[in-house]
Amino acid sequence: MIEIPRLPLADWIDAGLDALTDHFASATKLVSDVVETGIEGAVDGLMWLPPWVSILLVAALAWRLAGRRTALLALLGLGLLWNLDLWEPTLQTLVLVLISTLVAVAIGAPLGIFAAISGGVYRVLFPILDFMQTMPAFVYLIPAIPFFGLGPVAAVFSTVIFAMPPAIRLTTLGIRQVPADLVEAADAFGSTKWQKLVKVQLPLAVPTIMAGINQTIMLALSMVVIAAMIGAQGLGGEVWRAIQRNEAGMGFEAGIAVVVLAMILDRITQGIVRTKPGSAS
Amino acid sequence: MSVEQSVKMAVRGLTKIFGDAPEEALELLRQGETKQSILERTGQTVGVADASFDVYEGEILVVMGLSGSGKSSLIRCLNRLNEPTSGEILIDGQDIVGLGHRDLLEVRRRKFGMVFQHFALFPHRTIQQNVEYGLEIQGVSPAERAEKAQTALSQVGLDGWADAHPGQLSGGMQQRVGLARALAVEPDVLLMDEAFSALDPLIRRDMQQELIALQSRMQKTIVFITHDLDEALFLGNRIVLMKDARIEQIGTAEDILSSPATAYVERFVAEVDKTKVLTASAVMRRARTVAFVSDGPRTVLRKMEDEDLSLLFVVESNFRLRGVVRDDAALKAVQRGERGIQGIIEPGTEAVGLDTPVRELFAPLSESSMPAPVVDAEGRLKGMVLRASLLQGLAEQGTAPEQEEAA
Repeated sequence: MIEIPRLPLADWIDAGLDALTDHFASATKLVSDVVETGIEGAVDGLMWLPPWVSILLVAALAWRLAGRRTALLALLGLGLLWNLDLWEPTLQTLVLVLISTLVAVAIGAPLGIFAAISGGVYRVLFPILDFMQTMPAFVYLIPAIPFFGLGPVAAVFSTVIFAMPPAIRLTTLGIRQVPADLVEAADAFGSTKWQKLVKVQLPLAVPTIMAGINQTIMLALSMVVIAAMIGAQGLGGEVWRAIQRNEAGMGFEAGIAVVVLAMILDRITQGIVRTKPGSAS
Repeated sequence: MSVEQSVKMAVRGLTKIFGDAPEEALELLRQGETKQSILERTGQTVGVADASFDVYEGEILVVMGLSGSGKSSLIRCLNRLNEPTSGEILIDGQDIVGLGHRDLLEVRRRKFGMVFQHFALFPHRTIQQNVEYGLEIQGVSPAERAEKAQTALSQVGLDGWADAHPGQLSGGMQQRVGLARALAVEPDVLLMDEAFSALDPLIRRDMQQELIALQSRMQKTIVFITHDLDEALFLGNRIVLMKDARIEQIGTAEDILSSPATAYVERFVAEVDKTKVLTASAVMRRARTVAFVSDGPRTVLRKMEDEDLSLLFVVESNFRLRGVVRDDAALKAVQRGERGIQGIIEPGTEAVGLDTPVRELFAPLSESSMPAPVVDAEGRLKGMVLRASLLQGLAEQGTAPEQEEAA
């Protein structure tokens, strides 16, 4: 009988990650310090405002972008979180979600555009996205630690990886589903590729891209909660503490806070899509 | 058409093969194989096979064929939305097939305007921004392109719609925008791909007439694609008839109707009833003198005497038809001392539309000795049809008679 040796896949991956860490650790540590300072600064800044001011501001924003019902939801939901003494963890989670989303979209949207324009990029990128999306989310937490150390930056890093695929996918989809005759019209008038992209394809892809951003935010929120395991603070931290102390009530309070935050973020981003002119057709 | 015609665009041996290995298909084409057998043997689809024709300055050349005949592939080759596999396309003597990317963009910007079957308006832009598109990508200044867009919009009768979005407009209006967008760049050649095929029949006819009217003012060189023979006969100064990627016949409507080059063309045109092709606008005479509603009976009588007529059509100041007035009634009104003719206007023969087929004119004209007034969509008097001119038009078999002055 032939013995097939067990593939040392784990060793290879460790070796690869170690090599990366050795080479880039100083850089990633620097990034980590800067980003961590930024996150703390943002949270402190938001904490400086009295909660009721922030709540009214969010409600006003929700009213403008998504209508009265979302404004009411924001008012009551955030009021509840304040009442439950979850204001600070909520802000910490919000800041992590927004920063992660910003980074994910900043990287994902251009990649999505490249994949829409170039068949080659598409064929390389999309299998990687499948891989990224089916990999269990927890796994991303492990390599984040040697690069960025325990804490919020490692959380942002793994969240960006986890939440980026829909931003890429839906940007590509949005551009590819622009009706062929509109693209042809743009060509017929002598548009350059760039003009075609900026004047026709991207504006028409906006609703789909916004749907992608909406999904990215939702995924970021779920990942930021999980990332409490590697030291991200916020609502996930509250849940994590509740697990360790076996306090179901406290866990549910924090869980409900996540739900409220998710609903508000979801409604507001969907509202942006709807109020965008020209997206009706 | 005038006798002197300069060639605006010359297409020579244009061939388009869709597929990854066109060489073999090209060789088979040279041996005279059909589109069908080439598809079976090589898997390559022949879009256009060895098309050669000229487009004259200022004419409407209609490329006509059923679906799959290659007409859409052909028009897309002209501005290289489809890359021709072989052949030459000369515009003002310049072959555009060999042009590099930059030069091609320049040719598309300066030489062509294109109108699409499903309008292809940009839904996120206003009507004005749509019309400005071609100018915008050329880098024309906002003030200048706004002015040109306004001009183009009023040419197609859409003043006041500049700030609407395409979704707010009916199909016919959307295609007017499509036309304005193409006209705004002041192209040498207008490519119209089944431009009216998505419109419902009535609006379609209006648009055809309007294109003719526009053309009489602007003298553009137009290549118009259609699958509809009636439309081809109505619009085309000359018609290119295609079947299975090849050109079957090139000629005027009369050529094609009276001497079909192949059995296919013959069968095709057999469907067309000559009296159906001929419309009231083709056989009508101009009404040289009319009475205005505001005229007095004396003025009307004087006009009749001058023209030796016993009857005049009465129109409002905007030429909207009101009825007829007879000489005897006008005379009596003068004797009664009336100042206006309002009291003596009669309904007269029922008005017919510009595009009413001639065969529908026989019945009303045989019942009445009066000429039938011809009005446009807004009810404005455009001319009249007399029994004599009707018969003369038919005798000439589908060709419009010379517009004689009314006796």
